Amino acid sequence: MPDSVVVPIVDELDIVRARQEGRQLAKETGFGPVDLARVATAISELARNIYNYARPGEIELAQITRGPRSGLQVIARDQGPGIRSIEEAMRDGYTTSGGLGAGLPGTRRLVDEFEIESSEGRGTCVTIRKWLR
Amino acid sequence: MIQKIPVLKIGNALIASIQIELNDESAVQFKEDILNQIKATGATGVVIDLTAVDTVDSFLGKIIRDAALMARLMGASVVVTGIQPAVAITLVELGLELEDVVTALNLEKGLARLADLTGGV
Repeated sequence: MPDSVVVPIVDELDIVRARQEGRQLAKETGFGPVDLARVATAISELARNIYNYARPGEIELAQITRGPRSGLQVIARDQGPGIRSIEEAMRDGYTTSGGLGAGLPGTRRLVDEFEIESSEGRGTCVTIRKWLR
Repeated sequence: MIQKIPVLKIGNALIASIQIELNDESAVQFKEDILNQIKATGATGVVIDLTAVDTVDSFLGKIIRDAALMARLMGASVVVTGIQPAVAITLVELGLELEDVVTALNLEKGLARLADLTGGV
């Protein structure tokens, strides 16, 4: 993996920082404007989840390749309280914070691959990947 | 850190163009500024211009929708203008269609729409 950037998510401005770094790396990877917006938005949602529920955490951004394809991988990691029910958290409109509940299910629709692992009391790790077309 | 978005008044309309990358706190402040400016100026319409905005996530989307609904409660109409193709695509994919928000392609069309809604600007 040639390039990897880690953005700590501690205060609220780190959400902006993470999505700017992500947009920049996605641009260098060769993504067009629509995918740049998708990637930046997905990072914003993941970083805000960390900030709202589990800070401090981090967003790790990396350019990746798989066979002939190249793309961008984003790992959002925290040691927060974990998600009690991933099934519920992935449902549109489900929220425990008074938000819109669009975060995780919406993020999944913006990217090509979405993996989530969480255990109560130990934290959450979300990995997303977007491939160049 | 809070960054302020200038809110300008033309006739009975307020115009606010978001030209910076908004953090959450600044977005909340922006919403309150608009409502306070409606009260202070007696404006009957507001245009929120997103021409320079390249990312709208669920938080900013909710702020914009809330600002429009709150302004309506105060008797002012809101038109959101300049949503870029990439932003429109991500908003719908996110599940944030902003159905209850009036939109227009650009600032000029937004002001015309506002004039229709408010009976002249």
